Amino acid sequence: MPGRLIEWIDQRFPLSSFVKHELTGYPTPYNLSYWWNFGFLAGFVLMLQVATGIFLAMHYKADVALSFDSIQHIMRDVNYGWLLRYMHATGASAFFFVIFIHMARTLYYGSYRAPRELLWWTGQGLLLLLMATAFMGYLLPWGQMSFWGATVITNLFRATPFIGDQVVIWLRGDYTVGDATLTRFFALHYLFPFLIIGAVIVHLVALHKVKSSNPSGIDLAHKDNIPFHPYFTIKDLYGLGLFLMLYSVFVFFLPDSLIEPANNIPANPMQTPNHIVPEWYFLPFYAILRSVPNMVGGVLAMGLSVMMFAFMPFLDRSRIPGGAHFRPIYRLQFYLFLLDMLVLGYVGYTPPTDQTLLIGEVATLYYFGSFFFIPFVSKLEERWLIARGLPPEVISLMESEARALKKQNRKHGRRREEDQA
Amino acid sequence: MMDKARIQVLSDNDRRKFLIRLTSVVGAGGVAAACVPFVASMNPSSDVLAKSLTEVDLSSITLGAMLTVAWQGKPVFILHRTPEQIKSAESSNGGIDPELDSARVKHAEWLVVVGVCTHMGCVPNQEGPGWICHCHGSEYDHSGRVIRGPAPKNLEVPPYHFVTADKITIGLA
Ligand code: HEM
Ligand code: FES
Repeated sequence: MPGRLIEWIDQRFPLSSFVKHELTGYPTPYNLSYWWNFGFLAGFVLMLQVATGIFLAMHYKADVALSFDSIQHIMRDVNYGWLLRYMHATGASAFFFVIFIHMARTLYYGSYRAPRELLWWTGQGLLLLLMATAFMGYLLPWGQMSFWGATVITNLFRATPFIGDQVVIWLRGDYTVGDATLTRFFALHYLFPFLIIGAVIVHLVALHKVKSSNPSGIDLAHKDNIPFHPYFTIKDLYGLGLFLMLYSVFVFFLPDSLIEPANNIPANPMQTPNHIVPEWYFLPFYAILRSVPNMVGGVLAMGLSVMMFAFMPFLDRSRIPGGAHFRPIYRLQFYLFLLDMLVLGYVGYTPPTDQTLLIGEVATLYYFGSFFFIPFVSKLEERWLIARGLPPEVISLMESEARALKKQNRKHGRRREEDQA
Repeated sequence: MMDKARIQVLSDNDRRKFLIRLTSVVGAGGVAAACVPFVASMNPSSDVLAKSLTEVDLSSITLGAMLTVAWQGKPVFILHRTPEQIKSAESSNGGIDPELDSARVKHAEWLVVVGVCTHMGCVPNQEGPGWICHCHGSEYDHSGRVIRGPAPKNLEVPPYHFVTADKITIGLA
């Protein structure tokens, strides 16, 4: 019976062939490491956020007079409301955690290079959408941090030339963050995850065109690819198990570690908390904002710091395969960059003193410098590596893959000619 | 004969091109016009605009005390300045954004400023030289002028006027 049903569908809709081509049979490099699990995990967390979010929205009220209390209602009265909210609040952090690792993987292995530029840029778009979604979601509980976070960030648009003040009022729908702001943030917070889903589909279409990269950094010919199912379904599920353990520790034992205590105080437009900090995932960018003494400059620097990643395909001029794996200097740069991110995160977290301001300025310079110098460093490194000689296993792998790819292409070419004949 | 037909075809093409261009421009204009109500709907609504006047009775504010009132949802600081505060405010013209004290007050003993830090919008606390903003450490003097960054500008003086000797209306100069 199921067989006949599928046959019935297949005559009308390419179901089996789609599943076989894009899911079960999708050719995947056999040597993917666990760093390749994080894309799937990001998709999983996205579904988790949508599911918990929609059920939260059934009880949440977007109104300055009611929001804060509706969250208390969810936490105390709604059946398992506490679980939904903790899953959602923790899920936002988990999303960034997973996405940052996913991006770091791509940077380390140089997977942003040709032919994967569009894949990388759609990913950059996803990062922006995710940041916007999380920022708007954070206003919804209408606590002190919600209010002042939204105030400070919407204020950044004052840096718009000529019409800055009007832009800020337009964004808020009021002279301050108020009821109009809260309702529109809720509407958009509901919408954006679905835009993210759309962008993820584009991301995946691009992926299936260019196929996954792999730790060797060399495009693998057909002989070294294996079907996605069962090899990578099982690997992804195993990774998911590990991820869920970590996630559960936070949801069940440390949920408040990710919620600022000040956010348990209702928003008060007349009183700023003494120490306002953004969520941990915005800290490095916030530190860059604060490190530039000029306000407009700070806003530009922060925007640019998020967008710098998009330039990577142009900045990295080295043709050595395998990203950091076979490139000692790039590898050093990569780890120093991660370290710099941590330093910036720390600076963003602490209240500003002369000392942390200085550290922040140095770390900001390093942040942009590490992008700026990549073109020169990568070119020099390439020359040095070629002069020194690549490791023999890389050379033999490159040669054998090049031969196999040629053979494969010739076969495809012949088939195409036959098709045309 | 041939030539005429060719000319006919050419001018037909030209006319078609022209019409396509014209309809595209008109269509784009229509789309832009259709966006106006959506964009405008996000601006403050009439009830929000109606909050734009606030009346304050000053008689209850003792010498040296400060009252915070809400105007357009924003805090406004009303400081009843002591003679010493007036003297020190008048003896300098601020720092980062120089301005005379007399240009910022209507009666020297009353300072009325919007209590929103000009850096990123936090509410400064009354302490130290006048006010200190805890978000990024800006300091303001007893005239609301910034004397330590990162705030780029002095605290804004809202439009207000004295209705009687001890009553002001904020929102209208
Ligand atoms: C991209 C996925 C999403 C992210 C990153 C995200 C992020 C967030 C964050 C950071 C909060 C504040 C949590 C807190 O401190 O309490 C929040 C709250 C909320 N979100 Fe989402 N969200 C996502 C998707 C959704 C979706 C699809 C909905 C469906 C309507 C939704 C509905 C809500 C509601 C009702 C709240 C207020 C309740 C609360 O604060 O816990 N979210 N979201
Ligand atoms: S908001 Fe006041 S110093 Fe930044």
